[in-house]
Amino acid sequence: MVTPGGLMSDTHTDEVKKHVKIYVNVFLALMVLTVITVAVSYLDLPIPFAIVLALIVATIKSSLVAGFFMHLIHEKKAVIATLIVTAVVFLILIFIPLFSETNKVTY
Amino acid sequence: MEIPYTVSPRQDTGLNNAKLGIWLFLASEVMLFGALFSSYILLRVGATEWPRGADILNVPLATFNTVVLIASSITMVMSWAALQMNDFRKYRLYMGATFMAGVIFLIVKAIEYGDKFSHHLYPSNNTFMAIYFTLTGLHGLHIIGGMIVNGYFLGPGSKMWKTEPERFTNRIEVAGLYWHFVDLVWIFLFPVLYLL
Repeated sequence: MVTPGGLMSDTHTDEVKKHVKIYVNVFLALMVLTVITVAVSYLDLPIPFAIVLALIVATIKSSLVAGFFMHLIHEKKAVIATLIVTAVVFLILIFIPLFSETNKVTY
Repeated sequence: MEIPYTVSPRQDTGLNNAKLGIWLFLASEVMLFGALFSSYILLRVGATEWPRGADILNVPLATFNTVVLIASSITMVMSWAALQMNDFRKYRLYMGATFMAGVIFLIVKAIEYGDKFSHHLYPSNNTFMAIYFTLTGLHGLHIIGGMIVNGYFLGPGSKMWKTEPERFTNRIEVAGLYWHFVDLVWIFLFPVLYLL
């Protein structure tokens, strides 16, 4: 129970402190992954390989943000269900261009 | 009339209404940015040639902005944690830092835009510049939106802490979910536009 100036159980405070430690570690991991993203871009890798690698790193980073900062790993079923539906529709949206005739048109 | 389930969770969803509401909103945001990313893929795949972002855009500045935004995500989550530990002074400190990070991000973005304009690079120049300005412009608007909300909770909105602390803590969590989402979008925008 949170109250301004009120008492809180030691267990709750310890729990939050534990979470804070995790947040700091996630932040450090995100920094390292950002360095990796930029460093890899200077390697002049073949474009398809560079795209796949960059997207893998970006997916790991976004999973860390969603999992820990947005605490999805402890989230209720209603949120997870909403996100699964979103993810499916999002993937359909992303892959629509691959089946499109218009991608043969030059711009 | 009192708004129901602002603090206690609903029995059917297990969530308070604010939290379910923000997640549904974020789902719609995924579709908004998803449509634009999809357009990006379509345009890029269909183009006869596509510039390397790093040749046109400023990678060091964008890397700096990436660090600023990730740092703002941790200060945002720390401000929520501070409220959970009843430390309102720390909350203000962390929320202030989050707000300032938003200001820094926008200043750097303005410098980048100014540099492009001074080189006569506009959305009308080519498809790459058009999608660059559309995506980063929309993302920048989201940063401004988040800063308005965060600024409110830093200033007048923080009065709620004295009357309804749990509801206020939930509000900061919800504002945080939005802010982290904006960070998450940038995590994809950065490599897609600047590095590939």
